[in-house]
Amino acid sequence: MTDDQLDAFILAGTALLELPIPPEWRPAIRSHLSVTLSHARTVMAFPLPDDSDPAPVFSA
Amino acid sequence: MSAPAFRSASGIADGRLRATDVLEATLSRIDRLNPRLNAFTTVTADRARAQAAAIDAAVTAGRPVGPLAGVPFAVKNLIDIAGLPTLAGSKINRGHPPATADATLVTRLEDAGAILVGALNMGEYAYDFTGENAHDGPSRNPHDLSRMSGGSSGGSGSAVGGGLVPLALGSDTNGSIRVPSSFCGLFGLKPTYGRLSRAGSFPFVSSLDHLGPFARSAEDLALAYDAMQGHDPLDPVCVPRAPDLVTEALHGGIGGLRIAVASGYFRAGASPEALAAVDAVAAGLGVTRSIEIPEAATARAAAYVITATEGAALHLDRLRTRPGDFDPDVRDRLIAGALVPAVAVTRAQKFRRWYRAAVLRLFQDVDAILAPATPSVAPLIGQKTFVLNGVEVPLRPNIGIYTQPVSFIGLPVVAVPVPTSAGLPIGVQIIAAPWREDVALRIAYALEASGVAVAPVPALEG
Repeated sequence: MTDDQLDAFILAGTALLELPIPPEWRPAIRSHLSVTLSHARTVMAFPLPDDSDPAPVFSA
Repeated sequence: MSAPAFRSASGIADGRLRATDVLEATLSRIDRLNPRLNAFTTVTADRARAQAAAIDAAVTAGRPVGPLAGVPFAVKNLIDIAGLPTLAGSKINRGHPPATADATLVTRLEDAGAILVGALNMGEYAYDFTGENAHDGPSRNPHDLSRMSGGSSGGSGSAVGGGLVPLALGSDTNGSIRVPSSFCGLFGLKPTYGRLSRAGSFPFVSSLDHLGPFARSAEDLALAYDAMQGHDPLDPVCVPRAPDLVTEALHGGIGGLRIAVASGYFRAGASPEALAAVDAVAAGLGVTRSIEIPEAATARAAAYVITATEGAALHLDRLRTRPGDFDPDVRDRLIAGALVPAVAVTRAQKFRRWYRAAVLRLFQDVDAILAPATPSVAPLIGQKTFVLNGVEVPLRPNIGIYTQPVSFIGLPVVAVPVPTSAGLPIGVQIIAAPWREDVALRIAYALEASGVAVAPVPALEG
């Protein structure tokens, strides 16, 4: 994603979550988001079978 | 103050030493050196003096005292101490009411005779590998005061490394016990996920949070670990499992244990000092075999995603109402975490189960795996980047590249301290199968006995 796309995502997402973000915080947030999303892409690229269970298992 | 805890405890128990004298020497050393190390945020002297007097009275009366009799210890300030607000390294929590009870692990150590002397500095809300703190200032590395203690249990590393206390507790979500152990040259134990109670500690990422001890000897680590084991219904993650006591087993040797060095991911990017330390440990143990932990980079990525998102969920309300009161370095990472798509988190948790099964298959052939704890020795305080795999990258999120894939599936690890040619220590992880802390501790004890792993207290007073 480009910086402009990330900024648009940050603006929309923080508005949705009601997080007040002054413009001067945005470059650092963009940088952290970019790194975290690249890790997310790594995770999502790993093929998993449909029947794989997530690690946490709730017990009643 | 450089004596191991087990030695002073036995001296106090048999009347050769008085708990009160050991405590006063400890408090005096904290008074003299804490202004330089910035390890403690609170010293609980009155409480400690009452406890020491009670232990001396018990010894005089011939009543039994515990295996940690009179051993001073301190805890990362995310662990509850009755009567104090639990700061978790933050400004915001200073307004919280005081804890009404001690954390379970504090109670268990005191039941074994240990004496709580205070609360320790840490990275804000444990989202940190540096030991820096915007509100309390950085805890400092006792081997070089201009360098990082490591985080997020930086005060724990600084206090034990500087000989202020022989024992401390910290937490480890992605490496926060093993990183300060590496930078400050200590033995640190991150137990199996679910082994030790986290009740009465301020959380970070419940899916990955562990508590554990720091010490300057493997035996002290084992003594503290044994004292803290046991189910606790107050922590839903703590397993109903009988304690597997290890202290007695330390002396049994390591004959027959199958040990390998982690290859691939766990060597790429490591500094010459980190690689030399792993090789020294391997040579000391006579290990020539290497083993590839599959998909370690994906495991690290998944731990990163779960951490960012669970951390953001924990702090969302505070980010809405008091964003200016956070350490900016922590705040901006948490806000970024709040924006990560949920599908990535679910995939990360599914991958966690896949990865666990893959790594457990390795443990059919080996009993322990060796890997660096950190890519380098302690960086300078304030340093923002370092070189990894030939590329300059942000330092703060990348110090944990070798610890994250291990804690991600809750494996027990002992970090052991190894001296380097740089004049600073560095840690090596001894990674065992789930519930086999005994294996990692026996290996750590053998390395200490052979002089490969050492935790000397540096000269901090002229």
